[in-house]
Amino acid sequence: MNQEKDENLTRRKFLARAAKAGLSIAAAAAVSLSLYDDKGPGASVKTEGQVKLSDFSIPYIDGQTISIVRGADRKKTVNKAIELLGGIGRFVKKDDIVVIKPNVAFASPPMLGATARPELVGEVARLCYKAGAKKVYVADNPINDPASCFTLSGIGKASSAAGAKVVLPKNHLFKNTTLAGGKLIRNWPIFYGPFETADKVIGIAPVKDHHRSVASMTMKNFYGLLGGRRNIFHQDINTIIAELSMMVKPTLVILDGTEVMMTNGPTGGSVSDLRRANTLIASTDCVAADSYGCGLLHLKVSDLPYLARAQKFGAGTTDYQSLKPKFATVI
Amino acid sequence: MKIVQTRRISQVFFFAMFVWFCIVSTIGEKFWQLRGWPVNWFLQLDPLLGLGTILTTHTLYWPLLWALATVILTIIFGRFFCGWVCPFGSIHHFVGFLGNRKKTPAQKIQLNKYRKPQCIKYLVLVVLLGMAAFPSIRATLQTGLLDPIPLLTRSVNLLLLPIADRAANFISVKGRFYEGAWLIFAIFLSAVLLNLVIPRFYCRFICPLGALFGVIDRFALWRIGKNQNECSNCKLCEKSCEGGCEPAGSIRISECVLCFNCREDCKDEIINYQTQKSLAGEITDPDISRRGFVLSLASGIFAVPAVGLSKKLGSNWYHKVIRPPGAIAENEFLERCIKCGQCMRICPTNVIQPGGIEGGLENLWTPVLNNRIGSSGCQYNCVACGQVCPTSAIRPITPAEKHGLGEFAEAGPIKLGTAFIDRNRCLPWAMDKPCIVCQENCPVSPKAIYTRECFNTIREGTFTVKKATNKTIETVETNLLLDKFATGDYYCTTKKGERRKITANTENTIVLSNNEHFSEVPAANSKVEIQIRLQKPYIDIEKCIGCGICEHECPVSGKKAIRVSAEGETRSTDRKLLLKN
Repeated sequence: MNQEKDENLTRRKFLARAAKAGLSIAAAAAVSLSLYDDKGPGASVKTEGQVKLSDFSIPYIDGQTISIVRGADRKKTVNKAIELLGGIGRFVKKDDIVVIKPNVAFASPPMLGATARPELVGEVARLCYKAGAKKVYVADNPINDPASCFTLSGIGKASSAAGAKVVLPKNHLFKNTTLAGGKLIRNWPIFYGPFETADKVIGIAPVKDHHRSVASMTMKNFYGLLGGRRNIFHQDINTIIAELSMMVKPTLVILDGTEVMMTNGPTGGSVSDLRRANTLIASTDCVAADSYGCGLLHLKVSDLPYLARAQKFGAGTTDYQSLKPKFATVI
Repeated sequence: MKIVQTRRISQVFFFAMFVWFCIVSTIGEKFWQLRGWPVNWFLQLDPLLGLGTILTTHTLYWPLLWALATVILTIIFGRFFCGWVCPFGSIHHFVGFLGNRKKTPAQKIQLNKYRKPQCIKYLVLVVLLGMAAFPSIRATLQTGLLDPIPLLTRSVNLLLLPIADRAANFISVKGRFYEGAWLIFAIFLSAVLLNLVIPRFYCRFICPLGALFGVIDRFALWRIGKNQNECSNCKLCEKSCEGGCEPAGSIRISECVLCFNCREDCKDEIINYQTQKSLAGEITDPDISRRGFVLSLASGIFAVPAVGLSKKLGSNWYHKVIRPPGAIAENEFLERCIKCGQCMRICPTNVIQPGGIEGGLENLWTPVLNNRIGSSGCQYNCVACGQVCPTSAIRPITPAEKHGLGEFAEAGPIKLGTAFIDRNRCLPWAMDKPCIVCQENCPVSPKAIYTRECFNTIREGTFTVKKATNKTIETVETNLLLDKFATGDYYCTTKKGERRKITANTENTIVLSNNEHFSEVPAANSKVEIQIRLQKPYIDIEKCIGCGICEHECPVSGKKAIRVSAEGETRSTDRKLLLKN
């Protein structure tokens, strides 16, 4: 193609060729030198680009921190419980972006009580919109297959029916975080995406037996924010749950003890694992909510070491009586 | 409209339909998800699939009756399926066109001439059917290895869609993964690239389905042929001949894929699609010798016992071949599974994987559960795989049958295998670390994994009491790490054997829980031991269903500390473990 014959080589052609050769050498040298690395790869783990969850909590009002409502109808009890704390308007302002974090851990139908009840999630989403929320997201990073969990638990359908958007835990939504003063949550991936732009966070969890941590309630529910190989934290379950209560400062938590999973938790698998306790707790203090909730499992606060640890870390109080809980019954 | 344009529209239409069915094989309720789309339709139309299962099982499973329609239409019209419907054929057609479009007519005529090796596909067909047809020894259905519809279904579902989804995350949340997809990739790529050497290479030389059509279209009512013997002999009709069937001379009917390019290219309108035989003569029989036929058949028949010598269906069965719930007993399973990969595509957790050859040659690309891949083990409330299996190698079971409820109570739950704990790797068993993630995730009620509590004195865990009260113990040693024992898992045991939970510690003081009391406060200079409370997991073999969720969740992430293998599976009695299941 580029055939030249030697006898035709003129000075002009030679100079042009020499110039091209010079440019090629310069380019090769420039690329090599600009990428020159005299250190090689380091052994250190990347720590840049970490995020921190905002504080979603709202100002304390004496006597309006925890409410306990008895009744079988979750829609009614949750409305009453929120009303007793000052109404949904206290928690959600106009144009707020709200993230609801229900327990959607397992691909299990609602009747087995292993996940948050869809009607409860739907009702809370509806209340948020009623209070003027701009957008309500429903997010969790379940243990079983995420799409199946949202479908089978009925939470996906209930959320969309209420106008809320389900956020599935896609890989790009995870960012690393380090909890100041934390021992375990250090440079660890969390499901940050939905919380990035959120103004308020509402946790919704059922009361469940849990062999390793004794009980799974609103604090354990935030395990669903952890990504990566979070199962290794089971080696120190009480510390990780206490650290979660420091990492996540929710606006409100709702603890559903309408039906309590007494045995075979946290998966359940049979309706015979459930006990009807007809109690629903709403609180701005998840330590207090769980401290009350463990009674529904016939446990003492001291049976759950993470409660005392969380209190020590300043995440809330185990002495829910000191918060002057409001009681009510709805039929 | 010209007939070749109609043919192109048909090809695009069926190809798009095929891809659409692959996409909608996603569990869900949206319009682009499974709902009621007939995602098996192309497989059902495939008569090789129907014939293969007839030979191995002596029955025609009802959804495969669709293949009869294809057979009838082929008997009437010829190999329309290859040229008008087959999505794999359309890929070859298009790539062959792209790769050779700049060649001269003379080169193209040379490219599309008939070649003797085109008879290989008939031999392939005979070998595969030979393997399926000899039940007196044992039949095995291997047509799916090369049958174009299962091959393409597998390639799109296990290769192309997952790669596309890596960027889009449309059909899955965290991507789909398939072990050994490289082999599927290599075969698919080779089949596609060979079109650059000879157009429709796969169709002409390898395709056993095309060969089957070639055999049954010999009586076709309509066929391509010349309507007069004399012609200018320009050979332009062979320029774009997709089948390489020599329409210029005596046309080889069994090779003709009804592309109609010859009719299009004949300037004198001598070539026609007609009921009469070509006036230039025609060859209806496939070009194979009696010797070729007999040797192929014998090879197929002998291949089965040759493969069987590995005894993979006997005592040498591979314990990691864990079949999906509803799979029938292994022998019958291999008589039905066509390796299409529909179960692997539909599985919401991605746990069903294409098998490798560790389980024997016949195991290749059959569904096997690999609990280390995907988003979970076999989901407790899911029966999707059996619902899409086109041949019922995996039966369409209900959740009630899977769980052994109602009328299935006596049969009990379907077990895929049994979980075994590796006590050398398990954190509580081998490392004195609390864990029991497996127990927590066991979906069965009551759980098949239970625990036994034990208290192990930690390494260098004996301390000397300096001073003690009912609430605290001050030690002589002053090297305790602050709050190391405050996790709720540590206990302090006195010489008398009284054990109390530790709630906090400083470098020389242990704070004890208020829940218990000492009957006698430990004396100064007496020894106390710090113990860790462990819940060691055990398997209740009667409850375990082998779903593998425990294995998936086990935090020992390399070689798992709890692993399922197929012992105890309920689909046959061969591998049972318990005296009474």
